[in-house]
Amino acid sequence: MSAVLDMPSILDSAPATPAALPAWFAERQRAAWQRFLETPQPKRGDEPWRFSSVKQLDFAAFARPEVSAANDLVARSVALESPAAKFVFANDTLLHSESNHLPAGVVCLPLADALVSHGDLVRAHFMQQETRLGSAKWTALHEAHLANGLFVHVPANVEVAGTIEVFHWVAGENAAIFPHTLVVTGANAKVRVVDYFQSVDAAPGLVIAVNDLIAGPGSKLDYLAIQALNENTKIVQVNETGAGKDSSTTGFILNTGASWARNETLCRLEGEGARSDMLSVSVPARDQEYDQRTFQHHVSPGAYSDLLYKNSLYDKARTIFSGLIFVDEGAHRTDAYQTCRNLLMSGDAEANSMPGLEINADDVKCSHGSTSCPISDEEIFYLRARGIDPARARQLIARGFSVEVIERLGDEAVEAMVLRFLDDKFAHIAGGGA
Amino acid sequence: MSYDTSTTLDDDTREAIDIDRTKGDFHFPERHKFDAGRGLTEKTIDYICDVKNDPQWVREFRHKALQVFREKPMPTNWATKDLENIDFDVIRYYLSDGEKPKRSWDEVPEEVLKTFERLGIPEQERAFLAGVEAQYDSEAAYSNMKEELTKLGVIFVNSTEGLKNHEEIFRPWFGKVIPTSDNKFSALNSAVFSGGSFIYIPKGVKLKQPLQAYFRINSENFGQFERTLIIADEGAEVMYMEGCTAPKFETSTLHSAVVELVALKGAKIQYVTVQNWSSNVFNLVTKRGLAMEDAEVRWIDCNIGSRLTMKYPGVIMKGERARGEVISIALANSGQHQDTGAKMIHAANNTTSNIVSKSISVGEGRATYRGQVHIPKHLKGCKNNTECDALLINAHSRTDTYPAITVRGNQHATQHEASVSQVSEDMLFYMQQRGLSEGEAMSLAVNGFINDLVREFPMEYSVELKRLIDLEMEGSVG
Repeated sequence: MSAVLDMPSILDSAPATPAALPAWFAERQRAAWQRFLETPQPKRGDEPWRFSSVKQLDFAAFARPEVSAANDLVARSVALESPAAKFVFANDTLLHSESNHLPAGVVCLPLADALVSHGDLVRAHFMQQETRLGSAKWTALHEAHLANGLFVHVPANVEVAGTIEVFHWVAGENAAIFPHTLVVTGANAKVRVVDYFQSVDAAPGLVIAVNDLIAGPGSKLDYLAIQALNENTKIVQVNETGAGKDSSTTGFILNTGASWARNETLCRLEGEGARSDMLSVSVPARDQEYDQRTFQHHVSPGAYSDLLYKNSLYDKARTIFSGLIFVDEGAHRTDAYQTCRNLLMSGDAEANSMPGLEINADDVKCSHGSTSCPISDEEIFYLRARGIDPARARQLIARGFSVEVIERLGDEAVEAMVLRFLDDKFAHIAGGGA
Repeated sequence: MSYDTSTTLDDDTREAIDIDRTKGDFHFPERHKFDAGRGLTEKTIDYICDVKNDPQWVREFRHKALQVFREKPMPTNWATKDLENIDFDVIRYYLSDGEKPKRSWDEVPEEVLKTFERLGIPEQERAFLAGVEAQYDSEAAYSNMKEELTKLGVIFVNSTEGLKNHEEIFRPWFGKVIPTSDNKFSALNSAVFSGGSFIYIPKGVKLKQPLQAYFRINSENFGQFERTLIIADEGAEVMYMEGCTAPKFETSTLHSAVVELVALKGAKIQYVTVQNWSSNVFNLVTKRGLAMEDAEVRWIDCNIGSRLTMKYPGVIMKGERARGEVISIALANSGQHQDTGAKMIHAANNTTSNIVSKSISVGEGRATYRGQVHIPKHLKGCKNNTECDALLINAHSRTDTYPAITVRGNQHATQHEASVSQVSEDMLFYMQQRGLSEGEAMSLAVNGFINDLVREFPMEYSVELKRLIDLEMEGSVG
């Protein structure tokens, strides 16, 4: 802890870009810091922060300490059996990397290495889009502080079997980390990447994470974020997905940890036949607050997007869902769906939903739905009639509610892994999630 | 009382007689004895107070509201930037001929009479209305109610009469449902309000026939700021209908009304609006009802025309088992933005609310739904249902939906659904196969889309509504 006190706040200065990294990147980091300084702090009344607790955005106490005593972290970084590749970072420092069955031609490197060895490839895709959902200041801060992360490039017609895993640990009192994941697929390529965000212990921390997913024509790109931080840590996570012609992307977020989490997920459907599945499961309890903003941007005609977010709220939990389907002029034959469901498991929970549509084309099929309900008495009665006690019945229904989303991931091993994190959360809720 | 003999008419306005073919698009020369001039200052307020001979408390209320209006920013952080095009300095805030509302059509000045005859008001009254109030620019031109209702104690007068002659009922509720500081435009209305209806239905009186008001803007650059307060005492029932029109002027016109409804225990208020503003009217209206125990407030709202309409009728359900409902139809044609929605504030146990909104965007029209549902956590058994459906007719039509739903606690149920669709080629083809022209087929499809809502309107209105929609759809296909 004492180490942190001497460190400068992340808001006071950004570290110099290491000399080994390319000049363009150093310039990007300098410009990002300037942008961070110039971008106003979000405040109450700003539409992208409606219903948000903007007081959570005071990040002055956080610094970037070196990681110490990280010996057991690699051993703790186990989720899937035999991943295609695995990277373990603690406070943005690489502790471990392994690659098992990656096909030839696939670039799968820590971002700091990729910047040196594949500079032009990274440059072509690195943070090319404007942050539109409210956190422009925090993505600028992320870019300025960025030290490492993952870069994946799968060339055309190459399929990566299995899953690439990246573990991001937050270690030390008031430590801030800035994980970055950039995944690019060529035509007809296939890959799945999972980011895990976890805390070493119960110390408060901050994560400002960005992931950019660029899916080439006909490719399949799956991305999962498993957020299981301790309940003293905050996270801002910003996703940008670009889906090319006939590509299929799946983005999934599991929120079980953090005191406060803000997810901004934006998907641009840029080619005909593109398909995007945007999924999320959140189980907040106690005083946890999850604030999720989504944007389904139909740029091209003839694309499909389907969003399903489910929240189960316990204790005094609070959730905010704000989603927008935006159909550009000329994006005809758009199919876009958006559903947010809130299961209210306590009398003190609060769910806010703002499902939105902006449609500028006429030949479209768009719908959104949002519900907020407790478990109905009929459902409990049905299970009791079959000999299941009420507490167990509630547990079953609450778990089944989330499983409906997880089943859409389409890979048994991955689904089982997500369920383990989910069940771990239920085990830490009074009554086992009943 | 023919206007030719009027002494206030000058040559310029005499020449300005301009009658157009479409129903609402005509206007008569102005012959106002009282004109508060352009722009809004303390002097404007004093002028209005002097002309209307307002009591001191109203004068103070207006001045306070002006301060609030000046301090409040435009809500452009969420609303359209088009609001910035309103020039408050060129608007005229009060115009009237200084005459008392007439009780008989024979006494109404000829051009005003012609106006309302063209809009079909006297016939409607004869047919089935219990009472009519017709407002021409700032003041009521005509006001009448069937005699037997007066005997029952029903009050139906304009707001000026209401606050002077019925202060004991008027004042306790005035500005209570919608406080001056609710938003910039409610503050503006509170500062310069004139006209509008005041209705009181005594305990247990159930009106079988609707009351009607008609609002007409006849002067260019004029702002109409009517103020309506309807109080239904315990167990009373009333249906109120209003219609609005204005001719097409070169420059924009502002209509900014405030409507407050109070439904006491077990009372029912239905408020029906059909508005057909011309396409340069800024229509920025605040409407809210308060429903006490077992009471019901229903807003049935149809918005056609205007350059920009921003209207979100709301219900505060303050007593147990109160019910709120908003049913709305919006049609946005080229150059029009219908930004409508609903606000449901649940403030007691077992309250229920329902919102059904349908919009149609034609040409380059833009329809927006904006809604708010709020259920706090200390309550139980609250339910909300929200449905909003949008129909897009042409390739450049536009529709948006922005609901916000807050639910606290696990004793409530809310559901929200929205869909966007277009009239399918197959549907049109099918109908054309059976001998309908493309235009007829489109009209039939559109009427089918809103049919279940149109049925909620009184018969006369639903017929008019279908005709208005057909008119708006003309030339949108082919």
